[in-house]
Amino acid sequence: MNNLLIFPVILPLIAGLIFILLPKQIRLQRLLAIITLAIVTGISILIMNQVSANGTQTLQLGGWQAPFGIGLVADMFAILLVLTTSVVAFCCILFSFQTIGRNRENHYFHSLFLFLITGVNGSFLTGDLFNLYVFFEVLLLASYVLVSLGGQKKQLRETMKYVIINILSSAFFLIGIAYMYRVTGTLNLAHISVRIAESGQDGFITTVAILFLLVFGIKAGLFLFYWLPGSYSAPPAAISAVFAALLTKVGIYAIIRMFTLIFYHEPEVTHLFIGILAALTLILGGIGAVGYWDINKILTYNVIIGTGFILAGIAAFTESGTLGSIYYLINDMIVKSLIFLIGGVIIYLTGTSNLKEMSGLIRNHPYLGWMFFIAALSLIGIPPLGGFIGKIFITRGAFEAGYFWLGAIGLIVSLMILYSIFKIFMNAFWGETIISEDEEKGTTKGVMIPIVFLTVLTIGLGLGAELINGYVELAVDGLLNPQMYIDAVFGGNEIP
Amino acid sequence: MKPKANDVILHTVTKLAAIIIFTFSIDLFWAGHHFPGGGFIGGLTTAAGIVLLYLSFDIESIQRNLPIDYKKMAAIGVLIAVFTGLAGMFYGDNFLEQTFGYFDLPVFGETELATAVLFDVGVALAVIGTAITIITSISEDEL
Repeated sequence: MNNLLIFPVILPLIAGLIFILLPKQIRLQRLLAIITLAIVTGISILIMNQVSANGTQTLQLGGWQAPFGIGLVADMFAILLVLTTSVVAFCCILFSFQTIGRNRENHYFHSLFLFLITGVNGSFLTGDLFNLYVFFEVLLLASYVLVSLGGQKKQLRETMKYVIINILSSAFFLIGIAYMYRVTGTLNLAHISVRIAESGQDGFITTVAILFLLVFGIKAGLFLFYWLPGSYSAPPAAISAVFAALLTKVGIYAIIRMFTLIFYHEPEVTHLFIGILAALTLILGGIGAVGYWDINKILTYNVIIGTGFILAGIAAFTESGTLGSIYYLINDMIVKSLIFLIGGVIIYLTGTSNLKEMSGLIRNHPYLGWMFFIAALSLIGIPPLGGFIGKIFITRGAFEAGYFWLGAIGLIVSLMILYSIFKIFMNAFWGETIISEDEEKGTTKGVMIPIVFLTVLTIGLGLGAELINGYVELAVDGLLNPQMYIDAVFGGNEIP
Repeated sequence: MKPKANDVILHTVTKLAAIIIFTFSIDLFWAGHHFPGGGFIGGLTTAAGIVLLYLSFDIESIQRNLPIDYKKMAAIGVLIAVFTGLAGMFYGDNFLEQTFGYFDLPVFGETELATAVLFDVGVALAVIGTAITIITSISEDEL
């Protein structure tokens, strides 16, 4: 029992509710939001150290022991993601102060943002399949409003698509849960894992596994991503950065959790299938990123490519592959939010997202330009930046598992990322300066702090990999040995 | 000008029915600890009563007589529920841990009092607030 685990979930919730009671106090809301996310970051670091010292931490809510109660489980993998989430959310809300506009702030932007974080943190920490569904709904409901908030024509059109596809996938999620309960008689993730290990993963359970892969694949943008580029480019930069950094990652987390803890018995079927989907996602995402001339579209296609990479590591299902996936996942959350924020600043400055109508920003904004350059290198995976470690381990994992085609596609798509991101860099920053500082539609005042902070983080993740390697290896251990998770949940109690 | 609707019967029945619905919802709420009932359906039936009032009278006159901001009510409800969960932690128990005891009260005699009721109060407020907010916002015809 460790009551600290509940705080990453309820602190944002409490703060968001207080904001509803004080709708006019925007300054106070900003201050409280910053403080809340800072405290959550601190608590996550505390829990991370406890996990690394004492193993996986659990909290059985209301004192009802597993599998009868609903519990929270923080293994190293989950808490690393909670920590990254808090840091990214902190930066994005700092960015939103200058850019989001008073109108959105008056319409509960801060509450919704924190409810979104509640849902994301809850999904990472929960140890119960139905509870996972509930937290998914919490974050989805908040995201529905955040996509449409502002009410531009484009936003409403994309919201319709976004809501419909997500309601559909939630319905499939419920059907999957019902099948799971029918087969195993339990919804506790650890207990399901035990039951399936006892009875063996037969064809029916593998089918249910594919159903779950479909559900989480829609949320993660794995292959079934056709809704994603539109709805992620509709809202303003602060919101789309959070979406790009966090929402697809929750789907990825759920896939990784389900296919390492529960459905790990038939990797030659399920994991190969993940690998094929990851390869298709990489190729299609790469083509999309290369083909467009719109900053928002290029960046959202890069989100899809990121999903493909992370799941390629999981498909390999070896130690290096998993290690690479976790590194890539953490770096991707940081770098995607960074690059979306910079993309947002470019659009604010020029007033357009079309690359052909902008040029030469580096003369007036050298720091912004070079930070974009660093973010781009990290995204592509150039040493010594954060993206390098993830990519090299994923590629090695794929080769070790004998999936040479998967590793090769990954490397080719890296070149496509390189082309697409440098297309932005060359067109937006280099060339003749066509707009002077007076003609710019916005300013960089007040938005540089979160961008600098995230840039430092992605450099630090590469250079300081030695420091966090211990934590990441613990996370890999936890994922490859489901028994550790199960032992922590049942804590020596008899498993019924 | 539209002719005034002749709705004496509707108004009279609504006044009676609303009292019955509210009483029943409170009964459902209290039944919740050991029998079917509780904060959720207690709150829903209360909301049904309020919606009936809205339907037979009009939104303005009901809001004059029941001046409640239902958005805030929902937020306060969830806050109450979360804080009753936190209370258990001050005694070194898990989050959401509940307790109960038997007390000798005047009039009622020996009565079981449970902290879970406080949690249910929060749930009921949240449900009423959310349900009424949804219904009043979709009833506004301007988009």
